[in-house]
Amino acid sequence: MEKNILLGHGSGGRLSHDLISNLFFKHFSNPVLAGQSDSALLKINTADIAFTTDSYVVDPVFFNGGNIGKLAVCGTVNDLAVSGAIPKYISAGFIIEEGFPYDDLETIVSTMAEEARNAGVIIATGDTKVVNKGQCDKLFINTSGIGILEEKYRPISSGETIQTGDGILINGSIADHGMTIMAARNFGNFTTDIKSDCAALNHMIREILDAGCRVKFMRDATRGGLATVLCELAEHNNLGIEVYEQHVFVRENVRGICELLGFDPFYVANEGKVVMVVAGNDAEKALQIMKQNESGKEASIIGTITGQPKGKAIMKTAIGGTRIIDMLAGEQLPRIC
Amino acid sequence: MEYIDEFRDAELVKMLVRKISSAAHKDIALMEVCGGHTWAIQKFGIPSLMPKEIRLLSGPGCPVCVTGRKYIDQAVAYSRLPEVIITTFGDLIRVPGSTSSLSLEKSKGADIRIVFSILDALKIARENPSKKVIFLGIGFEATASSSAAGVKKAFNEQLKNFYIFSSHKIMPPAMSALIDEGIKINGYIAPGHVSAVTGTKIYEEFPVKYNVGCVISGFEPVDILQSIYMLVQQVNEDRYSVEIQYKRVVPSEGNIKAQMLMAEVFALRDDWWRGLGILKNSGLQVSEKYAVHDAEKMIEVEVEKTIEEKGCICGEILKGLKKPSDCKLFGTACTNSNPVGACMVSHEGACNAYFRFNK
Amino acid sequence: MCLGIPSKIVSIDGDSAIVSVGGTEVEASIELLDDVKVGDFVLLHTGFAIQKISPEEAQETFEILKRLGEIEDELEAEVKSRKPN
Repeated sequence: MEKNILLGHGSGGRLSHDLISNLFFKHFSNPVLAGQSDSALLKINTADIAFTTDSYVVDPVFFNGGNIGKLAVCGTVNDLAVSGAIPKYISAGFIIEEGFPYDDLETIVSTMAEEARNAGVIIATGDTKVVNKGQCDKLFINTSGIGILEEKYRPISSGETIQTGDGILINGSIADHGMTIMAARNFGNFTTDIKSDCAALNHMIREILDAGCRVKFMRDATRGGLATVLCELAEHNNLGIEVYEQHVFVRENVRGICELLGFDPFYVANEGKVVMVVAGNDAEKALQIMKQNESGKEASIIGTITGQPKGKAIMKTAIGGTRIIDMLAGEQLPRIC
Repeated sequence: MEYIDEFRDAELVKMLVRKISSAAHKDIALMEVCGGHTWAIQKFGIPSLMPKEIRLLSGPGCPVCVTGRKYIDQAVAYSRLPEVIITTFGDLIRVPGSTSSLSLEKSKGADIRIVFSILDALKIARENPSKKVIFLGIGFEATASSSAAGVKKAFNEQLKNFYIFSSHKIMPPAMSALIDEGIKINGYIAPGHVSAVTGTKIYEEFPVKYNVGCVISGFEPVDILQSIYMLVQQVNEDRYSVEIQYKRVVPSEGNIKAQMLMAEVFALRDDWWRGLGILKNSGLQVSEKYAVHDAEKMIEVEVEKTIEEKGCICGEILKGLKKPSDCKLFGTACTNSNPVGACMVSHEGACNAYFRFNK
Repeated sequence: MCLGIPSKIVSIDGDSAIVSVGGTEVEASIELLDDVKVGDFVLLHTGFAIQKISPEEAQETFEILKRLGEIEDELEAEVKSRKPN
């Protein structure tokens, strides 16, 4: 039935997966893409390089806690960092709708410069295009990034060294970013003080790696939220995952707006959260390092890798029940039922 | 959060589970008829806590699931009219019609907007006087009363470009139909928010006519478990009645103001329910007085012939006769990213809940 | 029927009110209710407050549950006291 691209194809859920497998992978098929990790891992001469790209089309472009430029830099820095790489260089391509205010563009660009400085990356190259009014929605940004990857961190992207007993950590509260955007779209006219969690995580991650914690896997929990990361991890690596709902922190004000709209926070996007699988004995140490970091003050150990059932992520609910965490079809929609 | 967290208390849950387990001496089938209950039961993992004697059935309480394809086909047809803005709850966007869906039409450029409330739809109508704004009214008595308030507001304001396309239905005819069909139900977990509007009187015939008790339940785990316990006790003591577990929200008379508004704005009609067929006086159409806001009467449109889904057993699932896993299409041709039947689309349809939480 | 959220009335303006759910505020219609005041909790459904929430009834529900739990403890104690050492 469906011949058009739907919003759901870009939402990070099952529809996105199907589009990638059936269209892109079919034509672009190669072993690097088959790895399906956040950063492409390359070997050039004697240096291992992590390479990633992402496009940012968020509406509205300004929101509580940041703007599209902050997302563009932090998002790409994080994609490199969660592969275990040290982010080095970023490219930035801009597609701007005719009539977009100059001052707004300047604010966004200066935010990007500041975030890049703080993260220690260089915006090494860029491009600008302007299109007629109506041909794009205000501003789109693409950033690609290159990082240096030590050989020993290669397995982090695939999670191939994960074992039963490894701990699963996240560096703080979930659903802040996605719900900030929902609120900012003026849907339902909500007044709220919730704020995007957008942040670069590379320094925190580097500290954990340098401290010798055996990190087996990392992924940033963006579109599709924490649940999607857990689900993909379980399915892709044929692992059993058990997560405790009570250990996953959701801020009160975020809970409120989730309840109002009927959203499940587990599936809502984050922009400053990394899900980390760490060897059982190192989990506590990694947690302490997270907590000492600005971006990890509310970190917690949320679950473990279990033996069974394979390929499934299970949640132990706050009341002691059990349910399977599955992927959403497309985007979450506000519901009445 | 107040009035939510206390009713998710793990200790209370454990205690209720123990009480239910020790009280359940024989096989008992309890049906909930509210999509919100289906969803809550699955989300909190309540089936995993029940003793084997208790069977929790999911009935036709999801308004999206029981709505026929014809409604979607007509909504799609309206959306193709250039002067129309469709306003709808998010629940309907992905429901498949015969050859299209609202989500597909939106991708082709139709003006379809998701709203939080009929009040948002009224606002859109005020802001777009040259457009016809059609609100897709789905839901049972709780939502219907809000729709009634919205339609009356439009009438009083003379908001001539606002219309409702009603698929509102009422619960009791479906609850009777299930028992009349022979579905074995020992008790109903009755919908808390419908009852907040209607009060207890709509359930009074069930203990009398059918020896089936109804416990009006809230939506938190403690609520649902306490309601299950109350129903088990009714069965054990062989005394059937309508009880309110959700006392903090539901008074026995319900909301009289809302009931009167509904009676004024809507009139009963026979309506088609997936799985149950046509039930007498089970649907709500806009009454004569408010006909100027009735999309069906005021806006002419050609609707394609309805093509029903083949192989989909949503009907039997809605009656609790079969489980989603019994359907040949479940998980293969019908998945939550490519739904065939409404039970899979709706966030709280039995198939969707089953697919996401149990597969 | 489904998504009904307990929300607190923060301010009232005629038939409209601002209600708060965990800190997020939204406008709601209170035209379906009589005698609502600031500080009351109401059940919010699709932008309308459809019922008031009664703190007394909520308390009573807990009393019933507490009593249920106590009966259980009493029974357990009785069973224990009957067991030989």
